[in-house]
Amino acid sequence: MSATAAPTTVRVSVGFDDGPSLAAHLRRHGGLPVVPAEQLLDAVDASGLLGRGGAGFPTGRKMRTVAAGKGATVVVANGCEGEPASGKDTLLLTRSPHLVLDGLQAAASAVGAKSAYLAVHAGSRAVPVLRAALAERRDRIGVELVLVPGRYVASEETALVNLINTGTALPTFTPPRPFERGVRRRPTLISNVESLAQVALIARHGPSWFRTVGDADEPGTLLVTASGPPDIRRAVIEVPTGTTVGTTLAATGVDLAQCQAVLVGGYFGTWFDAAAADELPLTHRGLRAAGGALGAGILVGLPRTACAVAETARVATFLAEQSAGQCGPCLNGLPAIADALTRLAHGGWHRELGPALDRWLTVVPGRGACRHPDGAVRFVSTALQVFAADVAAHRSGRPCPAHRSAPVLPVPTPRSAR
Amino acid sequence: MKVRVNPIDCAAHGLCAELLPEWIQLDEWGYPAIDGDELPEQLVAHARRAAAACPTLALRLQDG
Repeated sequence: MSATAAPTTVRVSVGFDDGPSLAAHLRRHGGLPVVPAEQLLDAVDASGLLGRGGAGFPTGRKMRTVAAGKGATVVVANGCEGEPASGKDTLLLTRSPHLVLDGLQAAASAVGAKSAYLAVHAGSRAVPVLRAALAERRDRIGVELVLVPGRYVASEETALVNLINTGTALPTFTPPRPFERGVRRRPTLISNVESLAQVALIARHGPSWFRTVGDADEPGTLLVTASGPPDIRRAVIEVPTGTTVGTTLAATGVDLAQCQAVLVGGYFGTWFDAAAADELPLTHRGLRAAGGALGAGILVGLPRTACAVAETARVATFLAEQSAGQCGPCLNGLPAIADALTRLAHGGWHRELGPALDRWLTVVPGRGACRHPDGAVRFVSTALQVFAADVAAHRSGRPCPAHRSAPVLPVPTPRSAR
Repeated sequence: MKVRVNPIDCAAHGLCAELLPEWIQLDEWGYPAIDGDELPEQLVAHARRAAAACPTLALRLQDG
């Protein structure tokens, strides 16, 4: 277990309360130095930065692959934050938009891009802030704000490329991956906005500075969105990678003793019971070893008072509604799974649903154009394991009294609430 | 050689499972579930026939 000196280390989030203006940004970070392309690629490589959007792929390697592509390339900053339980990207964009825009400029220069995009959900409160921030800058490479419709899968990489190319925000079949052939058929770097903010800091302070905090293999800091009892409200905190789930929750005011379980990695993530979650390190490697995934740094503590089965059913229903409806296994499988869970939670369960649910959870993953069905199935499968006792009680017609109480896990649309 | 389906183009006609039952099974909604392993040599001709017969050209053969 990696030890951490302090629960929080303020880097990306420095000056979050001082306003989003360019003047405030320059006061806290100074100007973006001009770093030659090859030198910045080396620095990002040496920093060991892993992407902060969820997959955790080395940012340097991704930049290098795009930079090696033929001709002019394209960079897309992804600030869509499709995960309902996440708030860190929107907070970053509203509090420190210029750090992200610096990172976008630095990355675009390094990979030889002639055009850059910043994608956020239409209606996000970051939109006016970003418009103001872009108007304040005189960037060498023009940045176009892309407003993405509110569907979950619309922010998937191939869907963003498809939206910019054709106006349709739906995932496409791969290959080609965007880094091979993306926007206007050019090699396209798609990078999460927090990753780009980290690149902006690496351009200023260098890779050795970057590695001075956090896990040795996955260094630096990480923005985490945490919610849970007592007040459920979401909080964003910056911690060194490798900080434990327990320490991170405590620093955001979540009381782990009031939680029955913790969802790590958001709605594409994994449930752990509260005791098991406490000591888990926030690293991709550490969480993978425990059967989980870091994802985009999302922690949700489920209160002991909540009905885990009803919560899982509600989120599964939301995820089914969020299917783009392009691929048969996702279009048919996710609603079937959600319906079975809803019956389990609230009544109408019958014996044949047990084997059917097991079959659907096996047959659906890996068969969509994007990973939406895979994530939804992982969420449900781990819920069935971690909440096995509750599931058994519900199956035998003894649902917990809390199944009728107010929902805890956030889903954006009221129609998916039951 | 491997067999893949473009799940966006696939419309569950099911011809592939009839022409290549050794490698492709249909799920309960009629969509193909395909063995992801390297296709045995003796099935390559059948796989080519299945790909050519797919009404939406969703079935693909890929090297490697």
